[in-house]
Amino acid sequence: MLIFEHSRPGRRNYSQAPTTAASNNKIPENLRRKSPPLLPEVSEMDTVRHYTRLSQKNFSIDTEFYPLGSCTMKYNPRACNSLAMLPQYLGRHPLAPEDTGQGYMACMYELQEILKDVTGMAGVSLTPMAGAQGELIGVMMIRAYHESRGDFSRTEIIVPDAAHGTNPATAVMCGFKVVEIATDKTGNVDMAALKAAVGPQTAGLMLTNPSTLGVFEENVSEMSRVVHEAGGLLYYDGANLNAVLGKVKPGDMGFDVIHINLHKTFSTPHGGGGPGSAPVGVAERLLPYMPIPIVTHEDGKYRWVSEKEKPQSIGRLSAHMGNAGVLLRAYIYVRLLGMDGMHRVAEFATLNANYLMAELRKAGFEIAYPTRRASHEFIVTMKEIKDKTGVTAMNLAKRLLDKGYHAPTTYFPMLVPECLLIEPAESESKETLDAFVIAMKEILTEIEEQPDMVKDAPHTMPLRKLDDVKAARELDLSWKKPSS
Amino acid sequence: MSIPTDLKYTDSHEWVKSESDGTVTIGVTHHAQELLGDMVFVELPQVGRELAQKEECAVAESVKAAADIYAPISGEVTEINSELESEPEKINQDAYSAWLFKLKPTNASELDGLLDAAGYQTRLENEDH
Repeated sequence: MLIFEHSRPGRRNYSQAPTTAASNNKIPENLRRKSPPLLPEVSEMDTVRHYTRLSQKNFSIDTEFYPLGSCTMKYNPRACNSLAMLPQYLGRHPLAPEDTGQGYMACMYELQEILKDVTGMAGVSLTPMAGAQGELIGVMMIRAYHESRGDFSRTEIIVPDAAHGTNPATAVMCGFKVVEIATDKTGNVDMAALKAAVGPQTAGLMLTNPSTLGVFEENVSEMSRVVHEAGGLLYYDGANLNAVLGKVKPGDMGFDVIHINLHKTFSTPHGGGGPGSAPVGVAERLLPYMPIPIVTHEDGKYRWVSEKEKPQSIGRLSAHMGNAGVLLRAYIYVRLLGMDGMHRVAEFATLNANYLMAELRKAGFEIAYPTRRASHEFIVTMKEIKDKTGVTAMNLAKRLLDKGYHAPTTYFPMLVPECLLIEPAESESKETLDAFVIAMKEILTEIEEQPDMVKDAPHTMPLRKLDDVKAARELDLSWKKPSS
Repeated sequence: MSIPTDLKYTDSHEWVKSESDGTVTIGVTHHAQELLGDMVFVELPQVGRELAQKEECAVAESVKAAADIYAPISGEVTEINSELESEPEKINQDAYSAWLFKLKPTNASELDGLLDAAGYQTRLENEDH
């Protein structure tokens, strides 16, 4: 039920009523509205109940296991949030002089240095405010690099077919033609296809490693050599950095530019679509093109790097320091963990994924890449089950809701039919993982014994199975006042 | 569902029908619509657009994903099936009659490089999963 549907003429929520009379006499008469806006008229108690009920309907990581992992929302320590909310940080004005913001600038400088260390890159700029913006800036730097050398013939970016859709979209936004290459049967990029695709027209390769298939690209050194020999640069999409955090460095794999999703790996809840933060890291040769602001440290003082010092910078992405609060949370997260702690994040994320993969295989589920060790995530395919019983990955996902679990990612990556992409992340205990396996086993039995019940799931949610086709075809997002 | 033998196919799951007036009609296969699931939106190329072989020229969007559709051969777009813009579900109902667009081929010999029904069947059987 919407708050508007609780509305009755004349009901008031006095706790939110203005305490002083407002005047609008500076707004010209012809621009003032003639009738009051259609706001809900609801009592205070009804308002409290409405929003409390909504919050109880939330399926959240605070209450249940969320096998979407760092992809959507891993557990973010409370300390990061509470420390970032200190009034000294909250009260800082972005235009405050450098002298009065040394504490915040020290945090940003140290975060730049720590991220350089974790990723093995020569420079880091913190300013991009979303993964897509980090990607855009990364590929713009690749373009700036080639153009500064007078090399205008590099018109293509190579993207494996397992990539997130943002990769080809980014390449197109930067004016490149996308060349898609296939994945081989073991889940690696097809090396023969890559070798055939590179040439003097290659501006770069965009790679996610571990890939969206949940496996580490075994030929990454060879790929790096092939692309570099052709004169192209390598772009690392940091979507899956959680699996290798500090253990394997993109810089060591030969990448020239990377983006890091702080909102995935470094402690910011972003399941609702924001706020994001995606610092870019670069190798030596791309240092001149980094976006500003960047913080530098000289003579015991922190200061912003100016446009004059970076004449080749591709510029600014925001008025100030990106999503300042998200950067702060990331800084606190990495300082709480230390490098040892970051290694443990990668180790436990990988261990949890491999444990869950092994247990689900034992339980009778088919693993999409059974010969490969999982990274921080792995894929179950429901293809055979669907062919036999008609029960799809989506049906199983909805049935999981009935069992008290959030569904994992379904139908991505598209390369694997009827797939579930499962990522437990590092914070879950063995007991939680075991309980999830039991729920999955129960569903497997239900699929055999009462497939129609599973197809009709969910049964216990506030809303039953939704008609998502109708919702997509006849999108209707606005409330209209019913005619009385 | 059997694969019609009077059509040609691509690796990327488009079908091509040679018409008597020299044009070709293009659609997506039954297998493609099965992979994508219920269609919610189809974006078609503009009539008059010149397409290179394998150029991205249309988009089929389902509840699961948006998939690019590639020109099986090069040519000029002569007609589009605008009925699909309001009724994309026709692709799910009968993929081989719900055509997307027609091309006047630039180089008809490119048709010889496409798969026949048996070749497409083998292609499907060799899919990873």
